[in-house]
Amino acid sequence: MNKIAKLFVTFISAITLALVSFTSSFAKVEGEYIVLGSAISLTGKYSSNGVHTQNGYNMAVDRINKMGGVEVQGKKYKFEIIYYDDESNPKRAAQLAERLIKQDGVHYMLGPYSSGLTKAIAPVTEKYKIPMVEANGASRSLFTKGYKYLFAVLSPANQYLEVAIDLAVEKNGGKGVKIAQAFEQDAFSQDVRLGILDAAKRTGSEIIIDDKLPKELNDMAATLAKVKAVKPDVLVVSGHTKGALTAIRQISEMKVDVPMLAMTHCDAAKLSKQHGKKSEFALCASQWHKNLSYKDKFFGSGKKYAKDFQKEFGYDPPYQSAESSAALLVFKDAFERANSFDRDAVRDALVDTEMQTFYGNIKFGPGGQNVAKPMILFQVRCKGDDCENRVVAPTKWASDKFYHPIPKWSERS
Amino acid sequence: MDFLIFKAPMLMVQASLDGILLGILFALIAYGMALQWGVMNIINIAQGDLVILGGYIAYTIYLWGIHPAWGVIISPIIMFFVGWGLYKLVINKVVDRDLFISILATFGIAIVFQQLMNFIFGADVVVAQSEYGTTMLFDNSVTLPNSKIFSAFISVLYAVALVIYMKKSRLGRAIRATAQNARAAKILGVDTEKVYAATFGINAALCGIAGALISITLTLHPYVGLPYTVRSFMIVIVAGLGNLPAVAVSGMGLGLFEEFADYILGTEFRIGAVFLLLVLILVYRRFKLSKKREYLK
Repeated sequence: MNKIAKLFVTFISAITLALVSFTSSFAKVEGEYIVLGSAISLTGKYSSNGVHTQNGYNMAVDRINKMGGVEVQGKKYKFEIIYYDDESNPKRAAQLAERLIKQDGVHYMLGPYSSGLTKAIAPVTEKYKIPMVEANGASRSLFTKGYKYLFAVLSPANQYLEVAIDLAVEKNGGKGVKIAQAFEQDAFSQDVRLGILDAAKRTGSEIIIDDKLPKELNDMAATLAKVKAVKPDVLVVSGHTKGALTAIRQISEMKVDVPMLAMTHCDAAKLSKQHGKKSEFALCASQWHKNLSYKDKFFGSGKKYAKDFQKEFGYDPPYQSAESSAALLVFKDAFERANSFDRDAVRDALVDTEMQTFYGNIKFGPGGQNVAKPMILFQVRCKGDDCENRVVAPTKWASDKFYHPIPKWSERS
Repeated sequence: MDFLIFKAPMLMVQASLDGILLGILFALIAYGMALQWGVMNIINIAQGDLVILGGYIAYTIYLWGIHPAWGVIISPIIMFFVGWGLYKLVINKVVDRDLFISILATFGIAIVFQQLMNFIFGADVVVAQSEYGTTMLFDNSVTLPNSKIFSAFISVLYAVALVIYMKKSRLGRAIRATAQNARAAKILGVDTEKVYAATFGINAALCGIAGALISITLTLHPYVGLPYTVRSFMIVIVAGLGNLPAVAVSGMGLGLFEEFADYILGTEFRIGAVFLLLVLILVYRRFKLSKKREYLK
């Protein structure tokens, strides 16, 4: 190719590129579509939960669009989401958020999966004043930075297991208990830990083991041997799915007897499926359970949602999917109340959100966290090898009584 | 700092036994690394990922309803061919090159393997159930999961079998000859290309066995390979190449060190302590070498 031809090609590509970015920079509302953007982990270590999140988003988009869409200034609009794969990498997520906002012209964002990635994206959305409703970042630090455009439909991480300590104290006749705890060293688990520290202080409980688990950990025999030696009233473990699976494996193998075992990520880890009866009596914190009695007009009840989700995607929805679906309901509600596509009007409408969804009540606190929905605890209970999660706290929704204390391993068949 | 372990003698026993059982498993992985490092002068960063892949093979047969312990036979067979293929595809191009090139190449392999495993098996953490139960000692105050005892036993069995094979068989002798002097071996008619491929295959097979054992004793996840690479690297550094008893001892030593570091310094420093030890040993080795005045500065 000679020089002139090369120059010509460069020129043409430059024009094309400019045109593409020019046309797409007005993409916030295209025709009858309201375009939302989301960076989501479709590959990498969060890919399974990333897919749960995406399925939740898609399910809600389909449902809302089918049921008439979003009405703004008398006109009906439909939702559409632009997804990018962030490869479970915070840096990549932040880049993609920029790209969604600057190149694709997205004016409203949905959150990624995990606290870490949400933390990476939040400064970007904040910088461009883009309202983001997120459903999978629970870390407390997200809500203490004074972000004005961040809204989370889920309860913050420090609330995950506080209820469990209250429950233990209640079972102990209102007196403080001895707590052994092991938490992974990541933002989320450390926030869960802070919640426990608060609860311990409030109830006069004593923390006798306070181990920090490294990220690569898949062996907590040492922690458990210590637990065996000092006999606490409650053992609390939080280390994502790996922590939950390792804990149950080693507690059952080492025959560690504790009256109460509280954890996070049991359903994400498919604990009762992978460990069967060994996981029985474990108490697990959850954002949502299908048996709760919340209702809305789009999905009906939690049970109905679970049934529809199962039909669509072929598996029981984990809470990650439910909360993601709820994020879309929040957006719809905010658009309609704002009755405008102005970002700040939508943001102000989000601030005033007060609604019930199948997933729970939603009302945002000053930091953007959902303050209207309590965490729930379920307990794994088994009949033979068939195990299921039953809600035991708070009492309002409890379908079963909390089984306490856990029988000793020598008495378990 | 926590000195609980010194107050309760049973904890000491528990920690020692846990450490030794775990260490034997590490030693098996390290032995594979020492073998192909010694023969081919390649530091395999993908060692841990081969282990995890072996684990996933055992997990897959577990999903098919076969007991995961069969993994210790099936997994090494498959992994041998994976290793062989890997050699033919990548390693043979870097085998005579700079050590740095081999590290880079195996690092690349590690990333590809992680992503492939993530793609095929998903990002969920998984476990296979052996249902082997628990051995209780000293009135239930020391508990040893039978799966860990089983894994240590199988590791020893395979290690011994391999040592005998290396001593007695034709291939074993060819491998040792190549390790000592590849050029001389070649002149005397040893097909070094085949020896290299077999060595890499054997290493992968050892990783397969270790992986199958890990699937029933610990947990599997596509991205947990690196700690196994680091541990085996460390064991090999301490033991030296081609010294099997030393590999076994240093494996168990590392297992013990890890457990005690966990009890005394806290779980968060467990892996950190391993790295610290690695640095100390390297510094000490250099110090010793510089006293001998044997190498060029």
